Amino acid sequence: MRRLLAALIFVLAAAPVLAVTVTDDRGVAVELRQPPRRIVTLLPSLGETVCALGACDRLVGVDDYANWPASVQSLPRVGGVDDPRIERIVGLQPDLVLLSSTSRALGRLQALGLPVMGFDIKTLADVRRVLAGVADALQVGGAEAVWQRIGAGVDAAARSVPRERRGTTVYFEVSSGPYAASESSHIGEILARLGAVNVVPGRLGTVPLLNPEFVVRADPQVIMAWQRDAAALAARPGWPRIRALREGRVCRFTAEQGDVLARPGPRLADAAQLMADCLAGRLAEHR
Amino acid sequence: MNSADKTLETGRTAASRTDAWLDAQARRVRWFTGAALAASLLLLLLGAAVGSLGWEPLWDGTEAARAITWDIRVPRSLGAWLAGALLGLAGALAQGLFRNPLADPYLMGSSTGAAFGVAVLLVAMGAAPGTAAGALAQLGLAGAGFLGAMAAVLLTLVLARGVQHTLRLLLAGVIVGVVFGALAALVMLWSPDVLRAMQAFLLGTTGLLGWTGTLLLAAMGALVLAGALVLSPALDALALGEAAAASLGLSLNAVRRGLVGAIALATGAAVAQVGLIAFVGLVAPHIVRSAVRPTHRALLALSALAGGVLLLAADVLSRWLLAPRELPVGVLTALLGGAYLLWLMHRRAA
Repeated sequence: MRRLLAALIFVLAAAPVLAVTVTDDRGVAVELRQPPRRIVTLLPSLGETVCALGACDRLVGVDDYANWPASVQSLPRVGGVDDPRIERIVGLQPDLVLLSSTSRALGRLQALGLPVMGFDIKTLADVRRVLAGVADALQVGGAEAVWQRIGAGVDAAARSVPRERRGTTVYFEVSSGPYAASESSHIGEILARLGAVNVVPGRLGTVPLLNPEFVVRADPQVIMAWQRDAAALAARPGWPRIRALREGRVCRFTAEQGDVLARPGPRLADAAQLMADCLAGRLAEHR
Repeated sequence: MNSADKTLETGRTAASRTDAWLDAQARRVRWFTGAALAASLLLLLLGAAVGSLGWEPLWDGTEAARAITWDIRVPRSLGAWLAGALLGLAGALAQGLFRNPLADPYLMGSSTGAAFGVAVLLVAMGAAPGTAAGALAQLGLAGAGFLGAMAAVLLTLVLARGVQHTLRLLLAGVIVGVVFGALAALVMLWSPDVLRAMQAFLLGTTGLLGWTGTLLLAAMGALVLAGALVLSPALDALALGEAAAASLGLSLNAVRRGLVGAIALATGAAVAQVGLIAFVGLVAPHIVRSAVRPTHRALLALSALAGGVLLLAADVLSRWLLAPRELPVGVLTALLGGAYLLWLMHRRAA
């Protein structure tokens, strides 16, 4: 037994130092013989994570919706949420593909012999875990530093909310339906850090489809929504009664701001600042 | 008793038997009408009492309670009933026109046409700057859905070169439906941030019905029902076959045009307000036929009643089961209607 152990230790020590095994969110252990140099990401937040870790130069392909930092906009596009272009991805000869753990491309790329890592990112804890996982895979440090920066940014945003605006009740609409960002979504978690009160409880799921009557009853002081959906809010039955609409405290986020808010990634400090500005009335459109 | 007397005798018994059968049918029609109306009233009361906290009647007379009941719950319930009635009516018309019990009101491409219209509008609203987005919101998803549905039916008519051949009309409708469905999917791929809003539309949504939509549905319902009742004798003749109908002096093309128009308007209006609610149009006439064997005149009116009851029941359940979350109402219509039909078939077979 002891001899076996010694042999095992010898074998492990003899292995190249650069080989690393990382586990992704599916619980699959991925072995990387050397630090990946050619990375393809299939989710905007994952591309942003790689760049935040200072490895932007290792990206060789990104998904159709990646637009930050500006340098990724010149990279080859390899498809969208449900239509990854497998051939294009293989053609780029990546030594690591990062994508959503629910993506249909996972199995296909794996079968083609590409190292893939699937991530499931919904909450702040997920963001931290994914930062660490990607940093391990790339064999770079700095994941904790990025996380600290995000935390400090969120704290600074919270300090910029005037004291009398603490405890403001908020309804955040992710999509007309209406689908809301609840307390348990990353948006809800940041709102809580800013001292706001989300009217949609976390037990309903991260992005529940609500009975519109619920929002009328909750009567939030502030509504946050995308510009696209905000125009139609006042036309919903009973909604003109809501305080936020009566007092003109509806924040309409542009598509660009929407990307910052909706992507659970390294730009969450900016997302927090946007929501803080909204709470403080620096964004709200007074009608 | 001579043979002539005998013949007369048998004739009399046959006639009285037919009379008895017709009487029984008329009784059944009255019974079914009464039951459907009672169910509708009961469900409307339920609809006014079920809200975002589940069972929660608000009769305490405060201003807020009145507003919730009258601005939100009542129009929503009425609108759901009316949309279901339009779908049920359109389903009965479609099954009569195509003389096929599997025909449904979406057969001429109106459903995917509406989906395409809504998807395009959602993307346009996202792309437009502030003021233009407001103007687009004024047109509203309902307007876009209605226009898309009408465009699809017109295209079907053009491809089928009019209404001469029912089979050609059916094929053209299926093709147009598939193509518009593909186009809607393309728009969604191109702009995935509309996916969630689209999903709500595709699974049906009664949650945002207000008085405006409800009044539109009521007006369209009255119009289509009037037209349908005028066309009902022609549907009875058509049931005998096209040759027989033509020999009865029926102008087949005029009748078909009227029917296509009525189906298109009814489905267009319903889909525009509540999205793609599957199955109501298909199943409502079957629910009626399982209870009575009426002429088309009664079948059309009763199918509307059955469709209304089915969709309103699904709407009440959709807000009740997981309150304050909502279930997509289209899922529930399929479950309710399907379960009822299966139970009927099972009972028949036994």
